[in-house]
Amino acid sequence: MSHFIDRLTFFKKMREPFAKGHGVTTNEPRDWEDGYRHRWQHDKVVRSTHGANCTGSCSWKIYVKGGIVTWETQQTDYPRTRPDLPNHEPRGCSRGASYSWYLYSGNRVKYPLVRSRLIKLWREARATMTSVAAWASIVENPEKRASYTKKRGHGGFVRAEWDEINELIAAANAYTAKTFGPDRIFGFSPIPAMSMVSYAAGSRYLSLIGGVCMSFYDWYCDLPPASPQTWGEQTDVPESADWYNAGFLILWGSNVPQTRTPDAHFYTEARYRGAKSAVICPDYSEASKFGDIWLPVKQGTDAALAMAMGHVILTEYHVKRTVPYFQDYVRRYTDMPMLVRLVQQDGRLVPDRFLRASDFAGALGETNNPDWKTVAFDEASGELVAPRGTSGFRWGEGGKWNLEEKDSSGRETKLRLSLDAIKDRYAEVAFPYFGNIETPHFTHSNHASVLGRNVPVKTVKTASGDVLVASVHDLFLANYGVDRGFGGANTGKSFDEDVPYTPAWAEKITGVSRDKIIQVAREFATNAEKTNGRSMIIIGAAMNHWYHADMNYRGVINMLVMCGCVGQSGGGWSHYVGQEKLRPQAGWAPLAFALDWGRPPRQQNSTSAFYVHTDQWRYETLSADEILSPTAPPGPWDGAIIDYNVRAVRMGWLPGYPTLSENPLNIAKRAADAGQEVKDYVQAAVKRGELSFAWEKPDDPKSWPRNMFVWRSNLLGSSGKGHEYFLKHLLGTSHGVLGKDLGPEGRKKPKEVAWQAEAPQGKLDLLVTLDFRMSTTCVYSDIVLPTATWYEKNDLNTSDMHPFIHPLTSAVDPVWGARSDWEIYKGIARAFSKVAPEVLGVEKDVVLTPIKHDTAMEVAQPFDPKDWKRGECEPVAGKTMPVVSVVERDYPHVYERFTALGPLMDSVGNGIKGLAWKTGHEVQHLKELNGVHGEGANKGLARIVSDVDAAEVILMMAPETNGEVAVRAWQTLSKTTGRAHDHLALPKEDEKIRFRDVVAQPRKIISAPTWSGLESEKVCYNAGYTNVHELIPWRTLTGRQQLYQDHLWMRAFGEALCVYRPPVDLKTIKPVSGLKPNGEKEIVLNFITPHQKWGIHSTYTDNLLMLTLSRGGPIVWLSEADAKKAGIADNDWVEAYNSNGALVARAVVSQRMKDGTLFMYHAQEKIVNVPGSEMTGQRGGIHNSVTRAVLKPTHMIGGYVQLAYDFNYYGTIGTNRDEFVIVRKLKKVDWLERPHPGNNAKGRARP
Amino acid sequence: MKDMIFHILFVWYPYVCISAFVFGSLIRFDREQYTWKAHSSQLLRKRQLKWGSNLFHFGILFLFLGHTVGLLTPTSVYTLVISPEDKQFVAMAAGGVAGIACFIGLTLLLHRRLFDARIRQTSTYMDLAILTILWVQLVLGLATLPYSWGHEDAHVMLTLSHWAQGIVTVQPVDAGTLQGLDWPYLVHLVLGMTIFLIFPFSRLVHIWSAPVWYLGRKGYQVVRTRKPQAAE
Repeated sequence: MSHFIDRLTFFKKMREPFAKGHGVTTNEPRDWEDGYRHRWQHDKVVRSTHGANCTGSCSWKIYVKGGIVTWETQQTDYPRTRPDLPNHEPRGCSRGASYSWYLYSGNRVKYPLVRSRLIKLWREARATMTSVAAWASIVENPEKRASYTKKRGHGGFVRAEWDEINELIAAANAYTAKTFGPDRIFGFSPIPAMSMVSYAAGSRYLSLIGGVCMSFYDWYCDLPPASPQTWGEQTDVPESADWYNAGFLILWGSNVPQTRTPDAHFYTEARYRGAKSAVICPDYSEASKFGDIWLPVKQGTDAALAMAMGHVILTEYHVKRTVPYFQDYVRRYTDMPMLVRLVQQDGRLVPDRFLRASDFAGALGETNNPDWKTVAFDEASGELVAPRGTSGFRWGEGGKWNLEEKDSSGRETKLRLSLDAIKDRYAEVAFPYFGNIETPHFTHSNHASVLGRNVPVKTVKTASGDVLVASVHDLFLANYGVDRGFGGANTGKSFDEDVPYTPAWAEKITGVSRDKIIQVAREFATNAEKTNGRSMIIIGAAMNHWYHADMNYRGVINMLVMCGCVGQSGGGWSHYVGQEKLRPQAGWAPLAFALDWGRPPRQQNSTSAFYVHTDQWRYETLSADEILSPTAPPGPWDGAIIDYNVRAVRMGWLPGYPTLSENPLNIAKRAADAGQEVKDYVQAAVKRGELSFAWEKPDDPKSWPRNMFVWRSNLLGSSGKGHEYFLKHLLGTSHGVLGKDLGPEGRKKPKEVAWQAEAPQGKLDLLVTLDFRMSTTCVYSDIVLPTATWYEKNDLNTSDMHPFIHPLTSAVDPVWGARSDWEIYKGIARAFSKVAPEVLGVEKDVVLTPIKHDTAMEVAQPFDPKDWKRGECEPVAGKTMPVVSVVERDYPHVYERFTALGPLMDSVGNGIKGLAWKTGHEVQHLKELNGVHGEGANKGLARIVSDVDAAEVILMMAPETNGEVAVRAWQTLSKTTGRAHDHLALPKEDEKIRFRDVVAQPRKIISAPTWSGLESEKVCYNAGYTNVHELIPWRTLTGRQQLYQDHLWMRAFGEALCVYRPPVDLKTIKPVSGLKPNGEKEIVLNFITPHQKWGIHSTYTDNLLMLTLSRGGPIVWLSEADAKKAGIADNDWVEAYNSNGALVARAVVSQRMKDGTLFMYHAQEKIVNVPGSEMTGQRGGIHNSVTRAVLKPTHMIGGYVQLAYDFNYYGTIGTNRDEFVIVRKLKKVDWLERPHPGNNAKGRARP
Repeated sequence: MKDMIFHILFVWYPYVCISAFVFGSLIRFDREQYTWKAHSSQLLRKRQLKWGSNLFHFGILFLFLGHTVGLLTPTSVYTLVISPEDKQFVAMAAGGVAGIACFIGLTLLLHRRLFDARIRQTSTYMDLAILTILWVQLVLGLATLPYSWGHEDAHVMLTLSHWAQGIVTVQPVDAGTLQGLDWPYLVHLVLGMTIFLIFPFSRLVHIWSAPVWYLGRKGYQVVRTRKPQAAE
């Protein structure tokens, strides 16, 4: 009753002594003990995970007490691994354990927020007008529009009701679709695998109305273009458990303990098992201490190091001594035996395209796609053969697309690697060399730009005369400067000779001593020789963020391929970046892109789109001739980077939305008026110039993106390369761009696009962001919608690091006014259906899409590509220009479509990666499981009303989670390969994983042809495994791991074979050097943005617990020597800037750092503890304030098998590591604690 | 007017303070068990604590005991042992030594609390107030020493102990008897009573729970019985 009275025990004091008075029994109240008990008591535990982009996908127990999420701990009930393999747990790191802080933090977005100026205008207009008319009255009035767009990022949010906000958004979307076209409505959301249903919610809505879904993987620069180039595969990697099977592990720029924390234990365990490890990275990272050897390579010169190691391996394991396993591997699984034409050019012999069957009279007997069948010599018969498995066999015929050592007729073959034994002569072939380019901060060598090396060549008789050919094998070895005794110059007779690419040469470029290069290369190869390929290279995205990322990666891939490591358990290429692995992708895609209602969806490669729409192209400092190869074939190579992109769009290589200046809803009618099929009309109209491509006039108001949704992303606080250009041109608010565009700079203007003297500022009418926390992106948005956290919604999550499918589960309902992403978009869809009939009915939308990889169209132009605009050919949709499709949009019934599984799943079916199968059975199952709609436009169709319904659609449709579908998918593949594959899934045919199953325990997925590895009882998941062991070809031109890229643009830019290319000079320092002196010393450092220790990607850097563990705000790292030079002491406020903008942070002075580099951990929020910049007068900036996206023409190639576009698969990447910044101490720390000019003290507009 | 003020301060105010002290402590003990603690900042910073805390606690406990015994022991009782004049001398000597020890300790503590950024950040308003008040009260107490030196006849001591005993026995003496005292005595008295007033609202409550029984403990192993089941 009372603590005090309970203690008044004078009359019943009982103290029983025992143990001879050494012990005593008392009966004091023990209520206080309950305090400790209650601390750890809870009402329930719910399984969930973190929808973060960290590849963790860790299982967590979420504790709920009194309706409040209190804490989380690691769950430890993963399914077992195989015998002798360590368990998966524990998974989960301290950062994950801090997540529950967000739910009830001050940073939580609690209710829908909208700019007060906007909502005032809306209410005023809405009082007298209908919804769409009201929106039109605001955005068509420049003053009204500017009154809120110019205030983005300067506060002024007020709370609003869901209904009102949904109607406003719907009206804006309907107005935009009607006035400009639905392809002016953009949506950006990254990494579906983080939370598939949440991603699908927005993309389903956008796809139903014809909006544009933007990619992330290429934009984040996590996409390694070398992977699609070599393998025809976006990215496929071993699971982390497979590290344990490796004998030699190279960690190359990957900081496993820091950024792959839950997986790091496999690395430790591999070391215990006896694996040796080399760590290659410029700084003394956490990973470095794991290594037996640490190679502190000069940043940005990784390709040089890889080439030198390749030189050692080729010399010692392929030439001086041949390892049978290696020889056999490269013969069967790479393009090395294929023949390449050599042509005369400027008096030199230059490698040209692959020889094709069609080059010969009779096409070597091939009637189907002879243009796409490459040719090699057969050792046995001595004849030229078109071996099986090349892309020509994949399309238009069946049964021969496999890696059996046979030709088309079934005759056994053994392809000849080197032509040395049958050569006509040795000829000097020209190879481009870029290592002699002088750049201010990197070492160059003085070798010639063109290196002639002797290669065995042979003349073959083709239909068009005699042609000189060489094998890729011979060219490849010559390219490495390997001395094979063929005479001639430019080969390394010893490793100590300074010739590209010997270890002695690399020592100068990379700063790594030649002994270490030779040692690591030998150990790597020797281990692979002894273990049949169990040497592995783990790479983070670090190397991939350089402009010439392809070279870094191809250098590494080449090492693995030379040693037969790819596709072997414990070996291969382990590129770990964002959670790119969407395991049930085939089941998810129809839900996400509304493929059940209309195909194709509009999917945009973000890098190009942001380059265009944020006007970063107007500031381009890099010209194509700076990167052109000295051996480039003649051609119009002098364009600006954007010219290449515009050509890529009109040739059907890359998407570019909005595609046409015309509203795509009006085109079908025009075609009908002209009495033509839509496709024919579009082909003719673009040729006549009647229809023009919008990106040719990027600044024309008709070409602007008008509405944008951002969800599950911190675009403006994290991934937005060229942040300040976003602010200036896309948002039209205050910005920190310090440089001038091409106009005032007097640089050469682009040829293919219209130049407008004044660049537009503020292209977006409306920016809507969904988030659970007030991120930097939210701060700049017009509307912020409060979404559910990862503990408040039902969803699915997968990772490339482990083979399980994992749920996010609602531990508590979304708090305050929050709703899950699924519910939010459902609400917007409902509002849209109500609002749309004011201006829209059932419309015919003409959708232009690029030629996609893994479709029969990927074999578009077999030889040097032709441009219809230059009159080189006719515009033919799907061949020389984009694919033209008509999609019916039922705008008044978007909501009904959103919530039902559409009829196309029944009538057309489903598929992935070039396979197509029927799904009638699954549709029936879903009707039974989810129920069917009774009334309305979706009567009789399966319901997708709740987030769990949506998850069930994914699980039912995906072969990875539905054994029946998996078997069907493998059988479908068998028709093309002519080999039985269904044994890989038959044991699991009856398995159907439901949402409740994964809630009970994470489930291991079923092997499917979507992926190149197996989920089996025998091996860990490893990429390329089925290619090697099931003889399924890689999805490339040659059907093999393609080391020679013969596309014209590849040859023009010198990347037919891997070479070392120094970082590019972006010229951003000179314009601002000494511009505004503050008396402090200025030093120039290379700006590097690795991933955090105290945050994960775009979240967590505003988490109080994590901030408390670090320095509580933005920090940059620099070396002691650099700090001394600039007079900077640890914890000083410093500013880093270049012509792109400026950022402010505290300095961490550390021995860890390499001289010449500045680290700024990714995604530190602009909203936490950031003072103003002396250079811009704006608040500090983010890490992307000093970057700008710079595109590479070779990433724009399309319509060429593996070099064909697919969403998040191929395309331009947002590189950023070639950037340099000026660093100097801040003179005065200005917190800018005063109203923004134009606002009064309360933040309201001055009258 | 002066009479009235003295009456309020020295007849009414003591009972206000005693009531707040007793009932406040009881209520806090019953309602706010988790706040019933010394709130030690030793985990955050040890510096200055070894000397500061020990000197302070030694001094203050001695002074508290001295005041209690000195003021509340009836004159008729102690005169059996010692004369009032000698008692005053002992009180001044012993109290002076303890007071100086306490002063050094308390000053260290106050300095630490005010100027150690970490300690200052984690201090409540009451933490600062209580230390400051104790320091002022101690200085006032020490300031009475020269005055006491001036009246060796111990009449002031006797006046004060009469007043204190009157309060405790609920037979308050006329406040007028205090009117002739020098100001440090009076301010010391009022502030002393105020400490009792704010006692339940501060960290001083830990005094109630000083583990004195520990000194007379029996045995090494303590076994607690379960809460008596339905004994009531």
